[in-house]
Amino acid sequence: MNRETHSGPTDETQARGTPYSGDPEGGAGTRPAELDKLPLDAWHRTRGGRMVPFAGYEMPVQYEGIMAEHLWTRENAGLFDVSHMGQLFVHGQGVDAALETLMPGDFQAAADMKPKYSLLLDDDGGIIDDLMATRRGSDFYVVVNGATKHGDIQVMQNRLPGSVVVDYMKEQALLALQGPRAADVLETIVPGVSGLSFMEGRAFQWNGRSLWISRSGYTGEDGFEISVPATGAAELADAICAHELAKPIGLGARDSLRLEAGLPLYGHDIDLDTTPVMAGLTFAINKRRRAEGGFPGSMRILAELQNGAPQKRVGFEVEGRQPVREGALVLDGEGNEVGKITSGGFSPSLQRPIAMGYVASHLAEPGTALKLEQRGKLFDARVAPMPFVPHRYQRKGAA
Amino acid sequence: MPVYFTKEHEWIRVDGNNATVGISNHAQEQLGDIVFAETPQAGRSLRKGEEAAVVESVKAASDVYSPISGTVIEGNPALADDPAIINNDPEGAGWFFKIEVTNPSELEGLMDEAAYRDFVASL
Repeated sequence: MNRETHSGPTDETQARGTPYSGDPEGGAGTRPAELDKLPLDAWHRTRGGRMVPFAGYEMPVQYEGIMAEHLWTRENAGLFDVSHMGQLFVHGQGVDAALETLMPGDFQAAADMKPKYSLLLDDDGGIIDDLMATRRGSDFYVVVNGATKHGDIQVMQNRLPGSVVVDYMKEQALLALQGPRAADVLETIVPGVSGLSFMEGRAFQWNGRSLWISRSGYTGEDGFEISVPATGAAELADAICAHELAKPIGLGARDSLRLEAGLPLYGHDIDLDTTPVMAGLTFAINKRRRAEGGFPGSMRILAELQNGAPQKRVGFEVEGRQPVREGALVLDGEGNEVGKITSGGFSPSLQRPIAMGYVASHLAEPGTALKLEQRGKLFDARVAPMPFVPHRYQRKGAA
Repeated sequence: MPVYFTKEHEWIRVDGNNATVGISNHAQEQLGDIVFAETPQAGRSLRKGEEAAVVESVKAASDVYSPISGTVIEGNPALADDPAIINNDPEGAGWFFKIEVTNPSELEGLMDEAAYRDFVASL
């Protein structure tokens, strides 16, 4: 038996030549990656986490099993360690206008304490990374992807004026508590958090430590993201998991949850070859930025907003039971290649295979019948609206 | 009935000229929740080491190689509707296919159960 393809958040070192791959010779010739340890490394191992390389760290892919962890998060509360992500503090004179030269967000009008989804763009309109940026007074707290954080910092430092400083908050861990009972659980530990509404954050005190908590996440469920000093991360994780409704959840379920929620994963569903219009992320470009432009790639992106992009990111429902994964081709009725699958897998909630990918825009209507080709085998699929599983965000703040 | 294992984590249980093939408990643990399995058609002729079946978990897709040359007698019909049998009973009810063995000498070089458990412990 040999592990051939992986879906979701994996990287080369995981696919080849690691104990997880079950492929003792597959890594021959590849240089072993130097892996960092998360602040919660020992905590994960104690809890039975199976550690795999991801984004330059050893991270837990699962504890008891992806299926059980996924369903637990949809019904209760799942605790994710996302400390591999880059937490940045960007500050200095004119930081809001300066950020607008790198991203299409309206940072000048950004309301205090309200995280905004935005995109770091290159000059062709390709996506360097996707991120969350929150105004805190005159400064910005920015959370970027783990695998891209060092490149992002470099891009920011190179392209922002000297008056703007990018601090990498290395000393902070980041936890996410997600699921319909997340507010019930976290309220018992950090009173007041359930007063936050979706996409709102603020500082809290806990056991003498400062936490930054926002009501946000990457699962489609209600939930919170908690920035905590690394030295207090294990204590907080213990406190959360002492609650009977909370369990630690690995990267595997994080991927299947976000796929069901229709949320793109950087490096897979979005990258330098995709634009915000292709990716269906135009909500991140407001009226003023559309009118004024002035962000990298704005010529191309504004033209695509006007005339449409040649390809679009869509969901697929796949017939049968076999998952169709990243790299599969999308074919039209005549067998012409019209797109590719960028994420795919078996949906634990729907008990069927689902996928996400790009297709020629004239074939992007939900219901369109297409074929997918994977390892020489054809699968029937239909373009499906996303999310596959409805979002359940708490927009007004749960009492 | 003697059972042998491969380094690729297949097992083969031999009964006269016939044998039953599956994946080991270690393999199913590594794969995690299995959501799909495809077994070979009866009558298909397999060479030792050839891709014979496919198994997919939530996380990954893998090929199952035939530990021996021969002609497929049947694939396990239960796996299509309930692939989780492979997780629950990998070295029993979760078998993949039965095969008529062409060349029993190919079994030489495979591991017996004790050697395989040692091999897994060394991974």
